[in-house]
Amino acid sequence: MPTIDKTMDAAAVVSRLRSGMTLGIGGWGPRRKPMALVREILRSDLTDLTLVSYGGPDVGMLCAAGKVKKLVFAFVSLDEIPLEPWFRKSREAGVIEVLELDEGMFQWGLKAAAFSVPFLPTRVGLGTDLLELGGLKTVTSPYDDGEVLVAIPALKLDAALIHVHRADRRGNVQALGPDTYYDEWFAKAAAECFVSCEELVDAMEASYPQDVRANLFERCFVTGVAKTPGGAHPTTMPPAYGWDMGWLKKYAAAAKDPGGWNAVAEWAVGASEADYLASVGGQEGVAALPLPVF
Amino acid sequence: MSITLAELCIVACAEAFRTSREIIATGIGPIPRIGAGLAKLTHSPGLMMTDGEAFLVEQPVPLGATGDERPTPAGYLPFSRFFDSAVWSGRRHAMVTPTQIDRFGQTNLSALGGTHTRPKVQMLGARGFPGNGIYHPNSMFIPAHSPRVFVGGEVDRVSSPGYNPARRVPGGNYGGIDLRRIVTDLCVMDFGGPDHAIRVVSLHPGVIFAQVQDATGFELIDAVEGETPLPGEEQLALIERLDPRGFRARVLKDNPPAERGAS
Repeated sequence: MPTIDKTMDAAAVVSRLRSGMTLGIGGWGPRRKPMALVREILRSDLTDLTLVSYGGPDVGMLCAAGKVKKLVFAFVSLDEIPLEPWFRKSREAGVIEVLELDEGMFQWGLKAAAFSVPFLPTRVGLGTDLLELGGLKTVTSPYDDGEVLVAIPALKLDAALIHVHRADRRGNVQALGPDTYYDEWFAKAAAECFVSCEELVDAMEASYPQDVRANLFERCFVTGVAKTPGGAHPTTMPPAYGWDMGWLKKYAAAAKDPGGWNAVAEWAVGASEADYLASVGGQEGVAALPLPVF
Repeated sequence: MSITLAELCIVACAEAFRTSREIIATGIGPIPRIGAGLAKLTHSPGLMMTDGEAFLVEQPVPLGATGDERPTPAGYLPFSRFFDSAVWSGRRHAMVTPTQIDRFGQTNLSALGGTHTRPKVQMLGARGFPGNGIYHPNSMFIPAHSPRVFVGGEVDRVSSPGYNPARRVPGGNYGGIDLRRIVTDLCVMDFGGPDHAIRVVSLHPGVIFAQVQDATGFELIDAVEGETPLPGEEQLALIERLDPRGFRARVLKDNPPAERGAS
């Protein structure tokens, strides 16, 4: 029987991306971010990117490395470290363009892209600076109410990057944590979606059929699957492992050093993913990171 | 042990959450969060709250609780359905601590000074403030009442909408804007003045109106009805249960007593 095999390595994922692309990055702040794929981008020549992200260290690192032309965001945060210092540095130097949205507007824009409509209407944004600063337009209801609403433009993504617990060769994915954020809509808003995973199995129906409700989106939305154990580090990946707040504090503190990003990248990105993982205690060390307490 | 100002503020925050509705109460930061829990356990049993992540709990999670101290979940409210279930349906009351507030109740969490392309100080970003502000009730807790927070003129960036007539698009529906209370280390305020102007409705023990006015960058209305009430014994016991590790002692500078001048 002919079959489908979408497996590739992280470098192959990045080789499918181009400078100037609009990339959506799943997860939320320092939670379940596809950091192994982000690190692979940081090791590449890609530049001039537009990022669409509920931002965490993914945004901070890509900004610090000068990879970002424009950022679409509602916040950038490391949770316990509320303000992402590398993102702040880029903003305060005026070196990135931004489209600042509300968190709800943001998912609405992804949904517009997923549904192939040019915009979706909402009241959100009325009475704030986001409309004028973001060049957002209004639309008038064609029905009797005539209400004037904000038209959130579709956030079309050239590619989405998402990290999950399990995937199989065909692109069936399972995300097990308590929350899946808006990853489903990143996948559906994107022309191509690349998923990294902690565990790769041949066939989900053979390995984890009891957990199929954790299938975040159907495999037709998955272009490629890469196995990257510990791939969310330093962000939290419940229930497998927690964030590495010690690492994040060191990374945040380094933003104050005069040396700049290149010296930090040596340990924060590493020459290879194997080097990086070894530097943070290997798979065992990552697996032992306790889950955060909220 | 004397009652602290933090504990008095918690009771004032709980009062801000008072409701007969079944809505999500979100208190960001220790004092609003304990206040929301106190409201749920006393006068407002309809309030719903999360464990800080994705699950709804019927017993508020004590601050810093781990393992068996954490209540078991009764429902599910992840980020992935937060806008449809809570925010955009108006079924929520949030109490937050913005960086700036102006006389219209507009708040700023985005950036200070500079320009949009190059802010002097980049902060968190608008987060969910624009949606919260247009769709559901909101209150604020300000741990250090000052003109740097309560600014003259307008906030540097309007992250959440207020009652500013100059920022109305004709035909837009602003009926959901519902600003309730501002609890600070000096007083409790509301938006009950003409055109929703901000009024001082109670002063914390030992504070006078002029002191609040001096610490505010715009004119306030004196509608003081009395002192902000001290917590009762039952409330103090519940506060202790909600915060057994004493995070509330670290919010206000020097953790002062509720009655100024007392020791």
